[in-house]
Amino acid sequence: MSAALLLAVASAASAAEPRKPSPLKSGIEFTGESARSLQSDDFANPGMLWVARGERLWNESAGRGGKSCAGCHGDAAGSMKGVAARYPKVDPGAARLIDLEGRINLCRERSQQAAPLAHESDALLALTAYVAHQSRGMPLAVTVDWQNRADFERGRELYHRRIGQMNLACTHCHDRNWGRNLGPETISQGHGNAFPAYRLEWQSIGSLQRRIRACYYGLRAEMPSYGAKDLLDLELYLAWRAGGLPVETPGVRR
Amino acid sequence: MLARVQLPPAAKRGEVIEVRITIQHPMETGFRYELGGKPIPKNVINRLVARYNGAEIFSAEMGSGIAANPYLSFFTVADASGEFLFEWVDDEGNRGEEHATLTVVA
Amino acid sequence: MKTPARRRFVALLAGLAAVPLLPFRAARAQADPFTALLKQVTGGATVRPGRVIVDTPRLADNGHSVPLTVSVESPMTAADHVRSITLLSERNPRPVMATFYLGPKSGRAQVTTRVRLNGSQRVRAVAQLSDGSWWSGDAEVEVTESACLDAS
Repeated sequence: MSAALLLAVASAASAAEPRKPSPLKSGIEFTGESARSLQSDDFANPGMLWVARGERLWNESAGRGGKSCAGCHGDAAGSMKGVAARYPKVDPGAARLIDLEGRINLCRERSQQAAPLAHESDALLALTAYVAHQSRGMPLAVTVDWQNRADFERGRELYHRRIGQMNLACTHCHDRNWGRNLGPETISQGHGNAFPAYRLEWQSIGSLQRRIRACYYGLRAEMPSYGAKDLLDLELYLAWRAGGLPVETPGVRR
Repeated sequence: MLARVQLPPAAKRGEVIEVRITIQHPMETGFRYELGGKPIPKNVINRLVARYNGAEIFSAEMGSGIAANPYLSFFTVADASGEFLFEWVDDEGNRGEEHATLTVVA
Repeated sequence: MKTPARRRFVALLAGLAAVPLLPFRAARAQADPFTALLKQVTGGATVRPGRVIVDTPRLADNGHSVPLTVSVESPMTAADHVRSITLLSERNPRPVMATFYLGPKSGRAQVTTRVRLNGSQRVRAVAQLSDGSWWSGDAEVEVTESACLDAS
């Protein structure tokens, strides 16, 4: 009986340890040939249209302050290098977890005295894609510490929680069945390192939150609203889980 | 309408060069619906013309069968340094244009 | 049935079997969607298969965006060049996808774009040359995610 107890304790302990897929593979390895060629061609990559738009917006003044992003941050290629690789993180001023989109909006409100940009708006997608693009090639590296430990644990719990009519959790597809086919698609490991990404299905670029919501939809679960804490916590867990994978923004996916 | 054009940085006289253009446009088919069932009206870029030093070198009539954020690549003979002008219009009458310069060496 | 009646019945069946199936065969031939489309594009002129190559993936990642390159063998001189290339779809709700106009300044008769395909189908490119002749080339594409009529 003690052996059974030991086994139960051991399995409980291993369930408590956060796991990463091994080997770690970006979604680019699971997508099709034409999506791969599109992503590697900086001109043909449709996501680059938003990066180009983001560059314009970066240099445009906004809000009552009349300042542009460039006014404070100068050339994005220098000042934004490495930034996207560290998000989501806790913003000290707001004392809460935010993703890159949230950080851009905080900047607009605080420094530009401008209204925040709407979720999934062309402008917010463009700026986010442009900023994230400056970290392309750099490994994702979020910090999990006392500031966001609770958010991280919530994210992990959400990742393992069964949801929807399908009654499945993220882990069932993206940990246990990555590499296998689901209909015409090959299941990826579920990393967000290429987002905002141009999804052929969307015929547009879209955020990681949009992609996570689409997964909820696929499981016939109620989708969390844009900006919901659930989505942020999941983004943090996903960023930790994808640690080491290069930022690919703007990625191209099916 | 945001567009990007790609030409080679320079070309030799008589060289056949690739010209690429991509435009941010939903190429709305008219077959999609909003939440609530309202149809989204058709609106696609239906005509694009490319000129090189004033002469038309390529044009396209397009429909909803061309994918969103349309991409076109075609070829032209580089004969003299000068300006490329791309103009297009969609079903709603919105016009767009983009310029590019080509340097041609002997 | 009495034997003579059965013989007459069998003879009747044999007679019916001999009725020519020509009307049905003609209907099937007209069912090829490209036949009517080509007439619309060329005004009834003869279209010869050849000289036109359509390059697309055999299996499309997603019907919303399928890369396609069409090229036509031609010296592209003032005397001998491609005037136009039209892309036709076998199954899209609007089968004429695009027409590209080229000329002697083109240097090469090759155009690349991205198309929407509503399900697995053939795509046909029809090119008109400067001498007025028409040529065509096909490609077959498997599409698992359909564009156009999928309102999700």
